[in-house]
Amino acid sequence: MNVHAPNQTPAPTATTCPYCGVGCGVLATPDRLGGATVAGDPDHPSNFGRLCSKGSALGETLALEGRLLHPEVAGRRVAWEAALDAAAKGFRKALETHGPRSIAIYLSGQLLTEDYYAANKLFKGFLGSANVDTNSRLCMSSSVAGHKRAFGADTVPGTYRDLETADLLVLVGSNAAWCHPVLYQRMLAAKAGRGTKIVVIDPRRTATAEEADLHLPLAGGTDAALFAGLLAYLAAAGRIDEAYVAAHTNGFDAALGKAREAAPDAGATAEACGLAKADVAAFFDLFAKTERVVTLYSQGVNQSLAGVDKVNAILNCHLATGRIGREGMGPFSLTGQPNAMGGREVGGLANQLAAHMGFDAESVDRVRRFWSAPRMAKAEGLKAVDMFEAIGRGEIKALWVMGTNPAASLPRADEARAALAKLDCFVVSENMASTDTVTAGAHIRLPAAAWGEKDGTVTNSERRISRQRPFLAPPGQARPDWWAIAQVARRLGHGEAFAWRTVGEVFREHAALSAFENDGARDFDIGALADLDTRDYDRLQPVQWPAPRGGVRRETRFFAKGGFFTADGRARLVAVEPQPAPPAETAYPYRLNTGRIRDQWHTMTRTGKSPRLASHLPEPFLEISVGDAAREGLLDGGFARVTSAHGAATLRVRVAEGAPSGALFAPIHWTGETASDARVGALVHALYDPISGQPDAKATPAAVAPVAFAVQGFALSRSGFGPLQGDAWWAKAAVPNGAGLLFACDAAPDLETLLPALEPEDEIVSFADPSRGAFRAAVFRDGVLEACLFVGARRSESPWTYLRGKLGEPISEGRIRSLLLAGRASEGAAQGPLVCACHGVPKGEIETAISGGCADAAAVGAATKAGTNCGSCLPEIRRMLAGARAAELAPA
Amino acid sequence: MERERLVVVGAGMAGLKLLEELKSRCPGRYNVTVVGAEPEPAYNRVLLSSLLAGEASDEDLALKERAWYGANGYRLFTGAEARAIDRAGKRVTLRDGRVLAYDKLVLATGSEPIRLPLPGGHLPQVLTFRDRCDAMKMTALATPGARAVVIGGGLLGLEAAYGLVKLGCAVTVVHLADKLMERQLDAAGAATLKRALEAKGIAFALGAQSETILGETRVEGLRLATGEVLPADMIIMACGVRPNAVLGRAAELEAKRGILVDDAMRASDPDVFAIGECAEHRGVVYGLVAPAYEHARTLAAHLAGEAEIYEGSLLSTNLKVSGVSVFSAGLVEAEEGCETVLLADPGHGHYRKFLVREDRLVGAILVGEASDALWYLDLIAKGEALGAMRDDLAFGRSFAMAA
Repeated sequence: MNVHAPNQTPAPTATTCPYCGVGCGVLATPDRLGGATVAGDPDHPSNFGRLCSKGSALGETLALEGRLLHPEVAGRRVAWEAALDAAAKGFRKALETHGPRSIAIYLSGQLLTEDYYAANKLFKGFLGSANVDTNSRLCMSSSVAGHKRAFGADTVPGTYRDLETADLLVLVGSNAAWCHPVLYQRMLAAKAGRGTKIVVIDPRRTATAEEADLHLPLAGGTDAALFAGLLAYLAAAGRIDEAYVAAHTNGFDAALGKAREAAPDAGATAEACGLAKADVAAFFDLFAKTERVVTLYSQGVNQSLAGVDKVNAILNCHLATGRIGREGMGPFSLTGQPNAMGGREVGGLANQLAAHMGFDAESVDRVRRFWSAPRMAKAEGLKAVDMFEAIGRGEIKALWVMGTNPAASLPRADEARAALAKLDCFVVSENMASTDTVTAGAHIRLPAAAWGEKDGTVTNSERRISRQRPFLAPPGQARPDWWAIAQVARRLGHGEAFAWRTVGEVFREHAALSAFENDGARDFDIGALADLDTRDYDRLQPVQWPAPRGGVRRETRFFAKGGFFTADGRARLVAVEPQPAPPAETAYPYRLNTGRIRDQWHTMTRTGKSPRLASHLPEPFLEISVGDAAREGLLDGGFARVTSAHGAATLRVRVAEGAPSGALFAPIHWTGETASDARVGALVHALYDPISGQPDAKATPAAVAPVAFAVQGFALSRSGFGPLQGDAWWAKAAVPNGAGLLFACDAAPDLETLLPALEPEDEIVSFADPSRGAFRAAVFRDGVLEACLFVGARRSESPWTYLRGKLGEPISEGRIRSLLLAGRASEGAAQGPLVCACHGVPKGEIETAISGGCADAAAVGAATKAGTNCGSCLPEIRRMLAGARAAELAPA
Repeated sequence: MERERLVVVGAGMAGLKLLEELKSRCPGRYNVTVVGAEPEPAYNRVLLSSLLAGEASDEDLALKERAWYGANGYRLFTGAEARAIDRAGKRVTLRDGRVLAYDKLVLATGSEPIRLPLPGGHLPQVLTFRDRCDAMKMTALATPGARAVVIGGGLLGLEAAYGLVKLGCAVTVVHLADKLMERQLDAAGAATLKRALEAKGIAFALGAQSETILGETRVEGLRLATGEVLPADMIIMACGVRPNAVLGRAAELEAKRGILVDDAMRASDPDVFAIGECAEHRGVVYGLVAPAYEHARTLAAHLAGEAEIYEGSLLSTNLKVSGVSVFSAGLVEAEEGCETVLLADPGHGHYRKFLVREDRLVGAILVGEASDALWYLDLIAKGEALGAMRDDLAFGRSFAMAA
């Protein structure tokens, strides 16, 4: 088996989860077989021992299948020296021939701060290019811009503790139940403990919305109008903190004036947002009368044509009420990635320079002096969308992509992928040997150390810096990204400035820059960490910034008493002009929303390896409302072709009660590696917020039509699959002991083609019911289920759930193995999809518990363990409970 | 009033079943005499092959002790072959000259094995396989290493072959058709069965015409039509049975293959009945115990004054070879309008085929594993719509019933 080389230290290593921005502490214990078991770190202040389903399954993601283990140049395996030489040569040639505007680097919120720092320093200080952008551009750059407009700096004012001491939590465009599960559990604990009210503002009835005291399903894109209405209401209700406004802010009157024009009262607001007036009034009243309010927001706000305005509309309400920087209150941007914040701190964005400094002459000069930089970038570079358009136009000749998959995740991803093929020099630093980006024509492929192997720091949503520590030896020739950067820098003649011997040295330099000529002028100051020796760095406990020299502060909130980072020290209320939702387009009458699902992460290169995580939602899907589905002739469980002006995808249809009319939702996770036709990024338009440059990934005009396949089914194999014939639809899904393939096509796949690894001694058990279009086969090798094919005219969810657990399993003595092809246990009860990924509890088991008398989620948890770990399945369990109650009450 | 005299000719399983049924339906109503040619009362003939294979004992074969007959007022004559029926005089004459008068007569004379008229067929090591005596002869010849050829790849031949293999013989089954049990199995089912039996050590010559039994004073081999010679120390002819209707025919009862009976099991004489393998009902002669029992039940009801008619039996087959269950009922091959469902595990020797017409099960073949056989038989017999059970039909009762 392909595993990490055994590690010598079996003691648990305290590290940080590589997924969302909550930044949970993880204890990883190597198993001496190349894997590890993981548990939540009870001492980490982000999670206090909890992990979500994704974090809990980290141990299932460590296998080396598919890893890029050796450097490659032009498709050939080479030594690191040769690969680094080639990269340096490519960049030097572009610089010499076309200048610094012809080079770029595209980074990732998955990178460690040290990697980010090294890349940013090389490009902005030594190669003279500010074409340094990151997938965080797609994630939270509107929050950054909103923060900077209002606060003069990219500052998250509050802390996680505020979520537990607030009396009202307002979640805007955030499905925290799925995307920030551990933090969401802390919110629910507050709700249970102190009666905190939760209001969710989201067009979709998400799992988060289901748990809320109030859900405002506003029309997509109308958040700014809602918060304008709220500001007007707060003023009318006499809830403005006049003293705070007067002492610490500018622009209140203009902001209020605009707000009154746009949404003078609850009725006007309701109309602008497509909401019920009573709901709006209830929200306004709750907000007005509750002092301790935290407003949390993420992609629903950020990924918008007016994302920055939405952020400022929210910030306006907190500034106007002075509810900021004090216990239990404040605006709170939830970051999506494990180190989006670290990237922001480093300045790894095209419109930032470094260490929360911009491109003003003074900052450029300061950083130049600190770095002793020979060739400073003096102006902003190209942000993500513009960067890839410049690549497409041939203006950028050399690109380095590090730790991200833009060919799948950028808007108009098909065009982005095509653009990559035009590069003269295309370097990719990757964990995986094959991704949509790698296969888009990467010339130089550098094997990067992955989570568990790499060493450094990350910063979470509450400005807390935590260590990611290695507990596995890097496999093959995988190396840290900062090292690769430094090596290329050396080859480009900058060895002295990149002479770090350890990652700790990189961190110390980064910390020193944050403190350099700071004296409180900049929010980001971790000078206290600039003198850590190697041992201190290794032992660094999670620490929140600011942490200036002279000691870490106890109070880490910002702005309770003003002290903004603007020239005059005052916050800016921005006069936001809410934009009406654009009219529907005839050819593309729907609005395609995109987002995450509970158990997958980004392009699935890591979570895609976990059988447990693949069991919740194993296929790419399109969510559509009941009415729209009926109108378009779409059936739940069928297939839909969704198209936009830029691309198309074929997805499984999920007809959702409570989905908004006119809107479609598709998850972002599937790529060309994991599905035949589910590159949802390809559909997304490349329109972006004019200030932040963050693309609007929530409202692409789209059309939808049913697609029919004669047969569908799935295959399981311990040794991979051959191709499906013809125009087949497929999606890969991890299963225990092998691989799974879900498919739909026009004729039952040929067993020998689909399973090319069949051997003559394999025993094949088959079932055929041709009049029902059914064909099933199970392949046994040495008494163990080696492969399986299950084809029928209809969808077969339960057999998939049942059989995926049987692969690689011996058939128990005395059992008639052909009965396996019934696709379920002989006890009869269909177990259905996994609801609780942490404890592996299927839907059927929970239904049994409910019908057996479990009256609430706690009782279900006691009976089945479901929902007792990360809790992110609790909304689904409660929905099942409510469904069962409704069925009981319904007249027979 | 004098009780009516009921004479049952044939002390086999059908005859005994009739006595049992009469006992429960109308005890003492008839003055019953049973006469049987074999030296012992009825035993479980179905288990003869298990006896041969050493998988059943003499005790297992026993049905009712002699004492049971007396205790229930039944007179039993064994080793007493009936020789003639005088219908006008309502009398039956036995071989030893005794004469039994009857008011009502039941023929339950069963069937006799077919002996192929092959040269050498008279040799003492050429046997048939019908009764306990045959089993004893086979056991005596089946010394370890002995070579046996079984002619006939039907139920009985396969069971005999299996028994002989168990006794240590090297056995070859010679079968005229190109597949085993061709009346009960389709090609794939027969092939599965053949593989399973080969795994048990039985060799086969299919599509093989037997021509001559070789040997002067004792069997030395069997020559096939192709000229091939199979060396053999004994030859078992298991190529079918024919109804034992000699007695009825001689009494000028209407007969074709068997004695013709109506739906009350009544022969062409209103006071004469026939049940079991000697009877022909609606053109069908049955060679299995289950229909014989149904005949007995029908007739007992009729004799008890109850109105019951027999409409024929659903044919089903069970092969008794340890670990190689075979069940077949209803249609064997798909006819117009049939849907076929197959479940096959050649590696484990399991094969299932189902024929469904208009949502009703009309045929089932199970090879290798047949624990749900009776459930399938019942589905075919009842002919009810399968409905929700249809999709899981092949996986047996517990799956289909849970659907």
